[in-house]
Amino acid sequence: MTKTVDARGLSCPQPVIMAQKAISEGEFPVEVMVDTVTSRENVRRTAERLGCKVSISQKEDEFTLVITK
Amino acid sequence: MMERLTRFFASRMGIILVGAIIGIFGPLLQKLGNPANMGICVACFERDIAGALGLHRAGVVQYIRPEIVGFVLGSMVAAFLFREFKARAGSAPIVRFVLGAFAMIGALVFLGCPWRAGFRLAGGDLTAVVGIIGLVVGIWIGVQFLRSGYNLGRSQKTYTAVGWILPLLMVGLLLLLIFKPVFSEGGPIFFSESGPGSQYAPLAVSLIIGLAIGFLAQRTRFCTMGAVRDVILMRDFHLLSGLAALIVFAFLTNLVFGQFKLGYAAMPVAHTSFIWNILGMLLAGLAYTLAGGCPGRQLFLAGEGDGDSAIFVLGMITGAGIAHNFNLAAKADSIVDGVVKTGGPSEFGMIAVILGIVVCLAIGFTMRQKA
Repeated sequence: MTKTVDARGLSCPQPVIMAQKAISEGEFPVEVMVDTVTSRENVRRTAERLGCKVSISQKEDEFTLVITK
Repeated sequence: MMERLTRFFASRMGIILVGAIIGIFGPLLQKLGNPANMGICVACFERDIAGALGLHRAGVVQYIRPEIVGFVLGSMVAAFLFREFKARAGSAPIVRFVLGAFAMIGALVFLGCPWRAGFRLAGGDLTAVVGIIGLVVGIWIGVQFLRSGYNLGRSQKTYTAVGWILPLLMVGLLLLLIFKPVFSEGGPIFFSESGPGSQYAPLAVSLIIGLAIGFLAQRTRFCTMGAVRDVILMRDFHLLSGLAALIVFAFLTNLVFGQFKLGYAAMPVAHTSFIWNILGMLLAGLAYTLAGGCPGRQLFLAGEGDGDSAIFVLGMITGAGIAHNFNLAAKADSIVDGVVKTGGPSEFGMIAVILGIVVCLAIGFTMRQKA
């Protein structure tokens, strides 16, 4: 089952902390919703550093990152 | 093309390049007139702005610093160009104001923000090391709160005009600087005739460098507090490599300009009161961490439409007024009859730092979301 993390409206490092926590729980895919490019890049960088794959989709000015192992 | 640029600026090379550029610009501004070891100090420069507006009457630190104006407007240009300008607000603004005010008081007890700590170190001022230790401890405490669920809540998307308020205020400041109106006899706008406030690079140069840094820092998310926080929080050295580049390149530029002078006592606009250098920066570091950005980063965020960061900036400017009106800011070391007279804060300054730490701890403890 997809795990969803809603980090919209939160400023960094909150989205990264939330994404990291979800990744560490080891159930994939993890879906992270953010609404700034900064958060998108920070979460992407962190997930990739943890050895995950990230695909990003955009809807208006919100982003959804799907993180898989 | 834009996406590729965004990727580059988000890369390790991008942040190092921008750190290096800021590192070169700082000492260059000193060469052109800015105060010694104060190429760019966000806290000091906001304090000078507070003075110019008459929010404090310390005659030696009053000037409208175009670098600050440039930081906000440069970031705004970048944000618009890359479609990242997004007006948002409403994440505990009053808390951000208080954090801004105490961050400024802490910084003025040390006599500089993290930017200046870097530039002081790069100029050979070893008291900066003491301040940086305090800064790291303050950020470490802040990280413990972040780990235990501290956050100031979500911001809301809001009217675009909200995001324009701080940038427009900055335009207003620039106009005051250019036209230098006198509002009443002996009244503002004040400009220092001696001391650090009277030392400045040409307006156009300061403004252009400020705009350039604002632009680049918005793209790379350069943040001196984040640099340390990310290492402590998640062993991420990305932002730290930018800060390290700043210090290394500022050091090299100082060597080229003959501005490097190694020493501990009586360094330019600095003091040797060990414990207060530590505690002042500890307070500042903790407040920046709880607010999510160093004073520079708050200006860049405000430029891209973040109303909460704008409140933090106004809190800092107000804090500067309080710091000088109530004699909280530290005095620099001075040389009297060839003997070094140790500077440092007054008893009021010491009490304010302790009070600030207590308030920040209270904010950290009481504003945690249980998972």
